[in-house]
Amino acid sequence: MTGKQKMPGGPGMRGPGAMPPGKRKIDKGTLGRVVKLLFRSYPVLVPMTVFCIVFSAVVSSIPSIFIQKILKVVENYTDMGSTDWSAASKEIFPIVGVLIALYVVSLIFITVYTQLGAYITQGFLCKMRRKMFDGMQNLPIKYFDTNKHGDIMSRYTNDIDTLRQLVSQSLPQLMQSAIIVCTVLSLMLCYSVWMTLVILVGVIAMMLVSGKIGGGSAKYFMRQQKAIGKAEGYIQEMMNGQKVVKVFSHEKKANEDFDKINSELYEDSSKAHAYANMLGPIIGNIGNVLYVLCAIASGIFLLSDVPNISISQIVGIPAQAFSISLLVPFLNMTKQFTGNVNTLSQQINTIVMGLAGAKRIFDVMDEAPETDDGYVTLVDCNIDENGNITESDKHTGHWAWKHPHGDGTLTYTELKGDVRLTEVDFAYEEGKDVLHDVSVYAEPGQKVAFVGATGAGKTTITNLINRFYDIADGKVRYDGINVSKIKKADLRRSLGIVLQETNLFTGSVMDNIRYGRLDATDEECIEASKLAGAHDFITRLPSGYDTELTNNGANLSQGQRQLIAIARAAVADPPVMILDEATSSIDTRTEAIVQKGMDSLMEGRTVFVIAHRLSTIMNSDVIMVLDHGRIIERGSHEDLLAQKGTYYQLYTGAFELE
Amino acid sequence: MLKRLLSCVREYKLATILTLIFITGEVVIEVFIPFITADLVNLIEAGAELTDVVKRGLVLLVMALASLCCGAIAGFTCAKASAGFAKNLRGDLFHKVQTYSFENIDKFSSSSLVTRMTTDVTNVQMAFMMLIRIAIRAPLMLIFSVIMAYIMGGALATSFVVLIPFLAFGLFLVARNAMPAFKRVFKKYDRLNESIEENVRGMRVVKGFSREEYEKEKFGKAAENIRADFTKAERIVACNNPLMQICVYFNMVFVLTIGSKLIIESGATLINVGEISAMLTYGMQILMQLMMLSMIFVMLTMSSESMKRIYEVLSETPTLKSPEEPVTEVTDGSIVFDNVSFKYSEKAEKYALSDINITIPSGATVGILGGTGSSKSTIVQLIPRLYDVSCGSVAVGGVDVRSYDLDTLRGEVAMVLQKNLLFSGTIKENLRWGNENATDEEIIEACRLAQADEFVRSFPDGYDTYIEQGGTNVSGGQKQRLCIARALLKKPKILILDDSTSAVDTKTDMLIRSAFKKYIPETTKIIIAQRVASVQDADMIIVMDGGKISAVGTHGELLETSEIYREVYTQQTGGGDENDR
Repeated sequence: MTGKQKMPGGPGMRGPGAMPPGKRKIDKGTLGRVVKLLFRSYPVLVPMTVFCIVFSAVVSSIPSIFIQKILKVVENYTDMGSTDWSAASKEIFPIVGVLIALYVVSLIFITVYTQLGAYITQGFLCKMRRKMFDGMQNLPIKYFDTNKHGDIMSRYTNDIDTLRQLVSQSLPQLMQSAIIVCTVLSLMLCYSVWMTLVILVGVIAMMLVSGKIGGGSAKYFMRQQKAIGKAEGYIQEMMNGQKVVKVFSHEKKANEDFDKINSELYEDSSKAHAYANMLGPIIGNIGNVLYVLCAIASGIFLLSDVPNISISQIVGIPAQAFSISLLVPFLNMTKQFTGNVNTLSQQINTIVMGLAGAKRIFDVMDEAPETDDGYVTLVDCNIDENGNITESDKHTGHWAWKHPHGDGTLTYTELKGDVRLTEVDFAYEEGKDVLHDVSVYAEPGQKVAFVGATGAGKTTITNLINRFYDIADGKVRYDGINVSKIKKADLRRSLGIVLQETNLFTGSVMDNIRYGRLDATDEECIEASKLAGAHDFITRLPSGYDTELTNNGANLSQGQRQLIAIARAAVADPPVMILDEATSSIDTRTEAIVQKGMDSLMEGRTVFVIAHRLSTIMNSDVIMVLDHGRIIERGSHEDLLAQKGTYYQLYTGAFELE
Repeated sequence: MLKRLLSCVREYKLATILTLIFITGEVVIEVFIPFITADLVNLIEAGAELTDVVKRGLVLLVMALASLCCGAIAGFTCAKASAGFAKNLRGDLFHKVQTYSFENIDKFSSSSLVTRMTTDVTNVQMAFMMLIRIAIRAPLMLIFSVIMAYIMGGALATSFVVLIPFLAFGLFLVARNAMPAFKRVFKKYDRLNESIEENVRGMRVVKGFSREEYEKEKFGKAAENIRADFTKAERIVACNNPLMQICVYFNMVFVLTIGSKLIIESGATLINVGEISAMLTYGMQILMQLMMLSMIFVMLTMSSESMKRIYEVLSETPTLKSPEEPVTEVTDGSIVFDNVSFKYSEKAEKYALSDINITIPSGATVGILGGTGSSKSTIVQLIPRLYDVSCGSVAVGGVDVRSYDLDTLRGEVAMVLQKNLLFSGTIKENLRWGNENATDEEIIEACRLAQADEFVRSFPDGYDTYIEQGGTNVSGGQKQRLCIARALLKKPKILILDDSTSAVDTKTDMLIRSAFKKYIPETTKIIIAQRVASVQDADMIIVMDGGKISAVGTHGELLETSEIYREVYTQQTGGGDENDR
């Protein structure tokens, strides 16, 4: 597709001062990438579509020739005073015949390219969506922690929508209009250089005006966007806090504040639309003026016998003299020309917007994926009485780390759940250390608890164990193996997590539990939910295990969601569990129920627990009290109480944990 | 529905009417332009004087300029009218929601209200703009063009007799088939986007279980599925273009052949070359207008969904209103529940509260305890009349709450909600919600009582510290204490804390309670809590269970009489015994 516009009147003609810098400029790099991707996705269909568009564009710009030819015949006959239609028709019909033939072919091409266009657009969008989604799955957790979810989402919604506009409408229209402008321009030059000059001058004026108005409209549209953002922010805050507003009888004040913001939005919105609305009639009527000017000019040329000049003279064909049969098609072409220049200038905005959207999509795809240099994998295994480990391709309930060495040998290490962090330092942002010199030893089957204020680094430690983030300094070893050598997927498979914020997925309850282990049978899932203490309430749901969950399980209570999340972790049956504030948003009575599920889940596993309520962690083997990224106290519940330090103060309620 | 929505045009009626007038003007002029042009062409052909040609040309120029002005002015007034309409619509929506009772608020989720006030209003604004601009322009243009074409072309215009119904029917068919297809697809599309959102939100779970490949596969299937549906819908719409072109081409061929025949046979008396050119222009115009009409048709139907959603909010009747002749003074903080039963909606089978009888003397401290779903929050929400009882009555200061002016009642009954929040703005601004005219001293005083003064002062900007939206830059415990201070600033006769100190440490919790006792002894204090310690020393403790009062008494009495209370107490203080060792 033609990314560069060479013809006069194209966007290249727009004075640089007419638009705010950088706002109405076409991002050539992104455009090139979109076009390249299109061609690569449909190496046959896209060129075919392009061909059809080009052909039909050319066809729709040449009827003027035929009109001119037919009118010439008519003129001849009337000049001669002949009314012999049958004679004239012999001259006219062949021309009409060719015209019809062209039209038929053109119609076929139009049908083909619009249908193909629909097919390609959706195929392309689907591909972009999938590419973006696939790329997103491979991004590190850091990306999701540092980017707003709404912002990520808008790439799938707004940006994909503008991309659709770009691919399905703007690009074909740009191409079509550009071709029509070019062919019409050269045709016009063939007819008369003088008249073409008249039109070109007018078109340049048109471009200047549309540039000015377009620039103004772009400016106010941006202000409108901002005003909408502000209003939306206010509405969102107030709607969320509507109950507080009521309790404080704050309705009047809220109305006043809103009216102010709403009026500002009105100002910008009405200006933005005013500019945009005025552009159409102004450009359209400049086209009309041009049409008239052209008519007058040709009248003058015709009546004052100015010799015509045509570029066809270059190849030796003499220019036609000014005549009415030249004027009519020429006026027709004027309409076509200005109309298409108009389309071109209006497409610029959507193209710029579409490309901005495309760029944001590419940005996600270009984001560096989570790296994984691990080569130690997790395999099912059999262990004989001598402790010899053999790999098995069936689920045996035993796992081993398969560790290939440089010399081609393989060793198997039984998965036990021994996790050690040694002198670990870590920072999310350079220079802002979150963990200093943290050492934690968890032997298989031990329960290790972390206590500390928000931001003390509790969750960070678990983030390092499952390698959501990588440590800056120190060592993390799993069954004696450096975790950076373990393939991330396998490492995480060996760790179960239950988070404070339960995330369930759309689907049945059974699907959600099975998420823990995709090949688990229904019986295994039910077994797991029994273990988690979730079975009872699930069977009481309207459709039991087949109950569909939507919107993160909105139809369940917080406690029930949590139980499903625990069952999900249970079915995975991992040797190590991480429970991060898994019960903190549940009231104490419900917690007592959940706790039972948790206890049976923790049985025989290495467990890392983070909890707000000390009652949940009292029975841990080791409790670590964290403060500003350092472990300040460690020991069992009894040890720590005896120390009469921070833990003691927390426990006796003299200290606030936030 | 339309009437209610259109009533929002209000002060922009003039702009709307002006738009219609100027658009009509523009259309009329525009329709005459080809007519005059044909004349001009014929003049030139006839070899008329140059001055005549220029004169005719000048007329045309003036017409084009007039049309330009009309169009531009219409564009301007139209933007004003539609933006104003949207403003009023948005304002009405917001104001309406302010009149909502809790029951109304529960009915709409806050995010759906936000969408209605933003996206839906924008959709309706665009539809309105289309309506007053193009919906008037297109039919007018169509009618005038057909008339002019007949006047000028006579027999030549017969092609439109065939073309207009053909194209109209074709476009109608396309729109009728495409719309349901698109509606279906958009629903699916919404679901697809919801599942993406789910994935983004639950990324820790996805990665924690190493389900990246599984998610990719699942998404791939859904995306391919939607692609098939989308393609189908788009392909229907894509028929519009060839359909339109057939008509344009047909018109071209028809006018050219029949036109030449007429000219030659009549010796250019019946029709002439200039008129043929004008006929071609009219043809284009007429067909374009049909296209526009079908676009409006689609657009309006698409926005009807938005209109429906907006109307839902506007037509909702607030379930609570101040009575006709309200009582405007609350004498004291006594509360009486007389045989109260309550359910959240009339259709609900289960009562959230039943047979509640309590008398609370003014100035008392009352604790309420109970598990999730025991309706602790429900019972206190009846006191400031956030909901109305289903039967029985609630009286404050000896008067039924339904007799009070709502502002008066809520001014005297301060409530700290369980799901509480601060708004973006400084701490001071937030606290002034309680009392707009509070002096700095009063603010500091309230914060002292709520044990918030100390930490507020520790912030670099003190009371001018800016609270981010949702209060994310203060801790949970701090937020709760600020919310208490905000309620205290009302100087209420009744203060209700709905689990408002759950994130505050026990020591501060105790300090707050003793400050209450010392500084606001007159105020009736109702405290809902999870911790027994928070209510232990209250004058009266109410134990709730399953929407009923299970037991009432002091700490000592309840330990004797209430099994639930004893159970909760031992569960929470179990660790305490160890501590005593």
